[in-house]
Amino acid sequence: MNSDKITKAVLFSVSILILLLAAGMLYSLVGGSLSAFKTFGLQFIVSGEWDPTYGHEKYGALPFIVGTLITSFAALLISLPLSFSTSLFLGEYYRGTRVARILGILVDLLAGIPSIVYGLWGFYVLRPMLIDLGFGGQGFGIFTASLILAIMIIPYATSLSNEIISMVPNDLKEAAYSLGATRLEVITSVTIPAARSGIVAGYILSFGRALGETMAVTMLIGNTNQVPGGLFDTGNTMASVIANQFGEADGLKLSSLIAIGLLLFLMTGLINAIGKLIIKKMN
Amino acid sequence: MESIHALKSQDHSSGRLRKDKLVLGGVIVLSLVTISPIILIIWKLVAEGYRQISLDFLIKNTPDTFEAMTAVANGELIPGGIANGIVGTLLMVVLASALAIPIGVLTGIYLYENQGSFMANLTRNISDILQGVPSIVLGLISYLWVVKHITMGFSALAGSVSLSIMMLPMIVRSTEETLKMIPESLKEAALALGVPYHKVILRVLIPTGFSGLLTGILLGISRILGETAPLMLTALGSSTINLDMTKPTSAIPLLIWEFYNDPNMIGLIWSSSLLLMAMILILNLVSKQLAAKRR
Repeated sequence: MNSDKITKAVLFSVSILILLLAAGMLYSLVGGSLSAFKTFGLQFIVSGEWDPTYGHEKYGALPFIVGTLITSFAALLISLPLSFSTSLFLGEYYRGTRVARILGILVDLLAGIPSIVYGLWGFYVLRPMLIDLGFGGQGFGIFTASLILAIMIIPYATSLSNEIISMVPNDLKEAAYSLGATRLEVITSVTIPAARSGIVAGYILSFGRALGETMAVTMLIGNTNQVPGGLFDTGNTMASVIANQFGEADGLKLSSLIAIGLLLFLMTGLINAIGKLIIKKMN
Repeated sequence: MESIHALKSQDHSSGRLRKDKLVLGGVIVLSLVTISPIILIIWKLVAEGYRQISLDFLIKNTPDTFEAMTAVANGELIPGGIANGIVGTLLMVVLASALAIPIGVLTGIYLYENQGSFMANLTRNISDILQGVPSIVLGLISYLWVVKHITMGFSALAGSVSLSIMMLPMIVRSTEETLKMIPESLKEAALALGVPYHKVILRVLIPTGFSGLLTGILLGISRILGETAPLMLTALGSSTINLDMTKPTSAIPLLIWEFYNDPNMIGLIWSSSLLLMAMILILNLVSKQLAAKRR
């Protein structure tokens, strides 16, 4: 009996460790960004200036917050038709067939490719293609980064929507078929309404993925520290500016980068919590 | 009159059918577009990378930029390999697994045993949120904790800590999911025989769910193998093989980043990526195979 108590205590304390880990992460990020927030106050979030000149250093996170949101939204929009079609292919049209299985494996493999390999491919294959198509400059910028990000988040949106779509009860669909509905009508009037919240949750979670992607974006976005003027402008995301500038950072600059990390942590946490909440409500 | 009506309705339904076919065509085309990047990427890696792959590539350290430049100027293959990266990656993956697996499995067991309790729900939610934390932020955390306070400098340990935090939620999740699939009666039978609880865990739950746990662990490892960003802030890199976990250490993805930034070394990026991709693919396929066998 005594050993049972010890076992339970061990299990309990290990799971406490997870909570401590999360709390410790938040604590350290807040602690590390304190000097940036003390110096700039809330200006840090709304200021678009990033000037590391020694003596009158000024750091604002706005260019990176805007850059992150634009690239991630654009990536979501680009990936939407692709991942939605794929989840219909896997979960509805060819559910359970050999073709669907192979396609599913290939889509899953997309999630296995490291960010840096996506970056290389984007740099050496996609970017020259964009230049040939007449996109300006060197092919770097928000749009190029979004394009590669869109490919990277496809598997996340696809796997969840596919799962939800294939869970829609057959008798609902059969009832519609028996009334003479075509496949498309069944999809638009039965499948999608029944799976709607799951599909939305999938896209929210994949948006959360896009927010924090680092390497591929760093290699393609052009790395400039001003608020991007449009989709074809160069810029930086919160993750890419950390990766870019961390090497030579100390003092106030390091603290500012950690503050950006804190904001990114909170943003992704919020987005993920919303996505998970929708999924939980559904069950 | 009647026949005109019939004709009209037929016309209407053929429009519906045409629309149906059109959408199906669109779905097939877009699905093919979706999977084309994976084929194009692997094709590019193989086509550009296979020439550099050799025994030397696996057992020699990275050349310096001058050696590489001379070789390229003479039209030869770049000498040397990425042994420092391979060893570094293995070292950090093993360390990260040693940190993440015990904690992750025990937490998973706790969640399974306390379904519905407040603490279990809280832990599960926090673990889910940890899974969404961008890897670069984990790099910052490990920098603040390990680089600044434990190893007093960039180190393999710092890299491993960031990777282990990345792996942890995946292992927690897969452990709980696996245990949920084990029939309750199996556990009850052991408990009815008066077996102490820790033995039920070690002798019944873990062996029965072993392949499920392994699947989760392998998938976790395949996720961290290619991570670059957190290692840039923690392990930094090294041009020779390093086995001291308190010293800066290289890794395959870190080397790819270095090669990418050094015009003389470009020749090595594809072969390094090919090797990395092959490792990840094999782990992925093995874990899929394991998962398929369970069903």
